[in-house]
Amino acid sequence: MHQLSLAEIARGLADKSFSSQELTGALLSRIKQLDPQLNSFITVTEQQALDQARAADARRAAGENGALLGAPIAHKDLFCTNGVRTSCGSKMLDTFTAPYDATVVAKLAEAGMVTLGKTNMDEFAMGSANESSHYGAVKNPWNLEHVPGGSSGGSAAAVAARLLPVATGTDTGGSIRQPAALTNLTGLKPTYGRVSRWGMIAYASSLDQGGPMARTAEDCALLLQGMAGFDAKDSTCVDEPVPDYSASLGASLQGLRIGLPKEYFGAGLDPRIADLVHASVKELEKLGAVVKEISLPNMQHAIPAYYVIAPAEASSNLSRFDGVRFGHRCADPKDLTDLYERSRGEGFGVEVQRRIMVGAYALSAGYYDAYYLQAQKIRRLIKNDFMAAFHDVDVILGPTTPNPAWKLGSKVSDPVAAYLEDVYTITANLAGLPGLSMPAGFVDGLPVGVQLLAPYFQEGRLLNVAHQYQQVTDWHTRAPNGF
Amino acid sequence: MALQRSDVEKIAHLARLGLNDSELPRITDALNSILGLVDQMQAVDTTGIEPLAHPLETTQRLRPDQVTESNQRDRYQAIAPMTENGLYLVPKVID
Repeated sequence: MHQLSLAEIARGLADKSFSSQELTGALLSRIKQLDPQLNSFITVTEQQALDQARAADARRAAGENGALLGAPIAHKDLFCTNGVRTSCGSKMLDTFTAPYDATVVAKLAEAGMVTLGKTNMDEFAMGSANESSHYGAVKNPWNLEHVPGGSSGGSAAAVAARLLPVATGTDTGGSIRQPAALTNLTGLKPTYGRVSRWGMIAYASSLDQGGPMARTAEDCALLLQGMAGFDAKDSTCVDEPVPDYSASLGASLQGLRIGLPKEYFGAGLDPRIADLVHASVKELEKLGAVVKEISLPNMQHAIPAYYVIAPAEASSNLSRFDGVRFGHRCADPKDLTDLYERSRGEGFGVEVQRRIMVGAYALSAGYYDAYYLQAQKIRRLIKNDFMAAFHDVDVILGPTTPNPAWKLGSKVSDPVAAYLEDVYTITANLAGLPGLSMPAGFVDGLPVGVQLLAPYFQEGRLLNVAHQYQQVTDWHTRAPNGF
Repeated sequence: MALQRSDVEKIAHLARLGLNDSELPRITDALNSILGLVDQMQAVDTTGIEPLAHPLETTQRLRPDQVTESNQRDRYQAIAPMTENGLYLVPKVID
């Protein structure tokens, strides 16, 4: 039963091949049996899941239908879940029980989804390896000595290991697409504002976006349908109609114009990954796509700009963790400053502290113009590059990551080396564009992802291209040994 | 210009982060390495370019000035480290 996709589960529940309670029970025991090897869950909500499954079965018995009704999911542990610990992977929030549901959590629960638990992540979503979590590193099911990527590494490892069919993730600089690539999943970062951020613990508010992680594009379409839409409680959420993502999956790719940015194939890219990306392009050409080389000349400036904007916004967002209203509080503070400084010094891990400090420095008196303002100007240059490219092409294609999953611990002491792994994904966040990563082959037994980018609100186009590719390839169907 | 230990102490205080003295050399090195990466930005000519704050350049929505939230003080204070009579407790601020 654990091999079933979300679409297959929807059919099985609809034709009564199995109940949500049977499915939920089977997956919960699989999590118990296998997750100790992976550490992909921070909290498993067994009793709540069984209750939700019973309620979903009752709704179905009463004649209700719906693709998500009774289907299992897990949420990255930065989506607030009412009455359940929401830790954000941090000691700071180890004892924090959220008093409300994030909009995404509430929408999916209303649709009848069964929440199996909360997945591990880099602390406050800061990382690309899922090694900065207070709850320990997550292992990649494709090779337990390698990282699963991050920051949504727990969601990625759990779905890749068939512990469940889908999970939510969030993407600030690649945190859905990069772990999807490193674990052989399909993951989508929607357009900024497409999915409500309300109840998502903020890292960098102008970049953060929640999205679906699954094994197929078809499943991403089903899950995104339940997540997307306007929410008055998120002031940057966009009031645009949500199209039927499943309906456009079958569209022909005849005449689709694909742009290959020459900057994505330069130095630093593993040549074996370049070969697999070109092979995926050949498949898409067979389906009728036409390919053109394009240029995104400001791409090289994206990482420096990101590592000003994201830390600056983080230093502001994380100022709320003060040891007063919720979260970790130090013992016996001698005065208010001591309370703040020790609570934050003890509660935050080293990577979070680094980014708060970079942000505080970049925003401090005398440095604002040189850092934050300059970064926001570069951000416009990057957006302008994309707008020019989308005059000539419908989608942009390239590698999701320059390298396959690296060994646990190998980049811990050098933060800048880890930052460079996000070179291909960060531009979509800076420009607010939708991006998808899909499985495209293996290097040394480790998965490789291809990234597709499209104009604003064209998530349907990305899912369509990935779905058509998945009809003629079988990379996405491969499962890791032992899972 | 590389940050010195005293700069890092000042930034940590601005950010209200209590760091151990033993961590300072390591965090100073890390910050200098990150700022070295970030300083590549200074070579980019952005003359005449407007900063981009929101990718879709939308403006803040306004809503009617009406109460929409109910009072849930007890619920929210249940997760606080220390409260008394509906108030959050902190160390004495004024003698």
